Amino acid sequence: MLRHLDEELKQLHKDILRMAVFAQESIFKSIESLKNRDRYLAQEVIDTDNQIDELELSIDEKCIDLIALYQPMAKDLRYITTGMKINAELERIADIAVDISQKSLELMGKALLKPLVDIPKLSQVAQNMVRDAIDAFVKKDTQLARQVVLADAEADRLRNLVQDELVNEYLARDPKTADRAVALLLIARYLERICDHTTNIAEDVIYMVEAKVVKHHPEELS
Amino acid sequence: MADIKVSNLNLWYSDFQALINVNAHFAQKQITAMIGPSGCGKSTLLRVFNRMNDLIEGVRVGGKVIIDAENILSEKTDLVSLRKKVGMVFQRPNPFPLSIYENIAFGQRVHAENPVKFKLDEVVQDSLKSVLLWDELKDKLNKSALTLSLEQKQRLCIARLLAVKPDILLMDEPCSTLDPQATSRIEELMRELKNNYTIIIVTHNMQQAARVSDETGFMLLGELVEFGRTQDIFTSPKDKRTEDYITGRYG
Repeated sequence: MLRHLDEELKQLHKDILRMAVFAQESIFKSIESLKNRDRYLAQEVIDTDNQIDELELSIDEKCIDLIALYQPMAKDLRYITTGMKINAELERIADIAVDISQKSLELMGKALLKPLVDIPKLSQVAQNMVRDAIDAFVKKDTQLARQVVLADAEADRLRNLVQDELVNEYLARDPKTADRAVALLLIARYLERICDHTTNIAEDVIYMVEAKVVKHHPEELS
Repeated sequence: MADIKVSNLNLWYSDFQALINVNAHFAQKQITAMIGPSGCGKSTLLRVFNRMNDLIEGVRVGGKVIIDAENILSEKTDLVSLRKKVGMVFQRPNPFPLSIYENIAFGQRVHAENPVKFKLDEVVQDSLKSVLLWDELKDKLNKSALTLSLEQKQRLCIARLLAVKPDILLMDEPCSTLDPQATSRIEELMRELKNNYTIIIVTHNMQQAARVSDETGFMLLGELVEFGRTQDIFTSPKDKRTEDYITGRYG
C-alpha cells in the first residue's frame, strides 16, 4: 500500500535532486569561468547562491516537518536524516563554488601566471565524484558510493601536486607572483574541499542503504 | 461546502463549565484535528456543531457557531437539516441492524420526500464507491451490515453519512477501535474526502492528528489553548502547555 508519507518522500527526493543539480552547475560554471576567464559565468554562480540557500532551508524545514508529523522509522528515518545531511553538504559545495568564482574574478584582472594543467584535472575529479555520489544516492548504489570515498585520495594527490608546484616554482622564487599563486593555491584547496564534502555524501548514502557507519571507520568500507 | 466560525463559545453541563470562551475557524476542504487530554472539551466542542449536546440534560450554551451564515445555536435552527448538513462518525462503528443497502438508503428514506428506487441504487453505489467499499460489497448488498469487519463497518457508517450529502464531517476518534493497517486506510480515505468536505477529527492519538490534519487545535480544561497549521503546532508550538502536552510532559 502506498502511504501518504511515500508521496512526501518523493517530493523531498525531487527537491534534494534539484539541490544536487544546482551544486553541480555551480562547480562546473565556476571552473569554466576560471579556465575561460569568463566574468559572466563567475557572476552567475555568485548570483544563484541565494536561490540555493533558500532551497536548503526549505528542504531542512520539510525534513523536520516529516519527522514531526510522521514519526518515520528504520529506512524512512535514515532516508530523511541522510537527506538533511546531504542537503547541507550540497549547500556547502555550492558555497565553495562561489569562493572559486570570486577567486576567478580576482585573477581575471591580472596576467596569467601559468597555463592551468593540474587544477582542471582536480576539478574533473571533483565533478566526477559529485556526479557519482548523487548517482549512488539516486540508485541506492553503495558500490558506487564506496568508489567515491576511495576516489578522494586522487583529489588529495592532485591538490598536493598543485601546491608543491605553486610554492616551489612561484612563491619561493618570485614574491611578485604571490597574489596569483595564492589565489590558485586556494582554488586547489577549495576543489579538494568539495571532494571532502562529496565523500561525506557517499558515506551518508552507505548509511542510508545499509545502516552501516563507514564515516571515521575506513575498515568498514570493504 | 461550508466552514465553521466559532466565537465566544461557552458551554456548561449544569454547574460545570466544559467550554470556556472558544474562538476558532474551521476551514473547508481541509482536515482539522482537535487534540488534548481526556475531559478537555474536545468531544463536547465537536458535539456543539451538530447540536448533539442538546440531548444531555442541564446543558447551557452561549456564543455563536456560524455555518452557512446561520448561527446554529439559535432556537430557530432546524435540527434535522442541521444534522443532515453536519454528519458525525463515532468511535465505535454503529451500523443499523439492517442490510448494507438499507443502511445507506436510510438517510434518503428519512430526508427525501419520495425516494425512487433507481435513485436510491445510484446513491448507494456512489456512497459505497466514495469510501472504497463498492468493489468488496457490491454482490453482498442484502447481507446484514453487522456481518462486516470493524473497518468495513466504519467505512459503511461514513458512506451512510455521505449518502445524505453533508458539508461537514465530524469524526470522534474514528479509528480508536481499528488496527494500524485499517487506521491507515481510513486516514487515506479522510485525505480523499477532504477535497469535498470540511472534516474535523477528535483524536487521542497525536500521531494521527500529525499525519492526517492540515490544522490542529489543542484544548485543555475547556479552553482552546492553541490553534494553527499542524506542522507549526508539532514543530514549534507557541504555548508552553501545548509543547508540554505534545512532548508528553503534561501533568
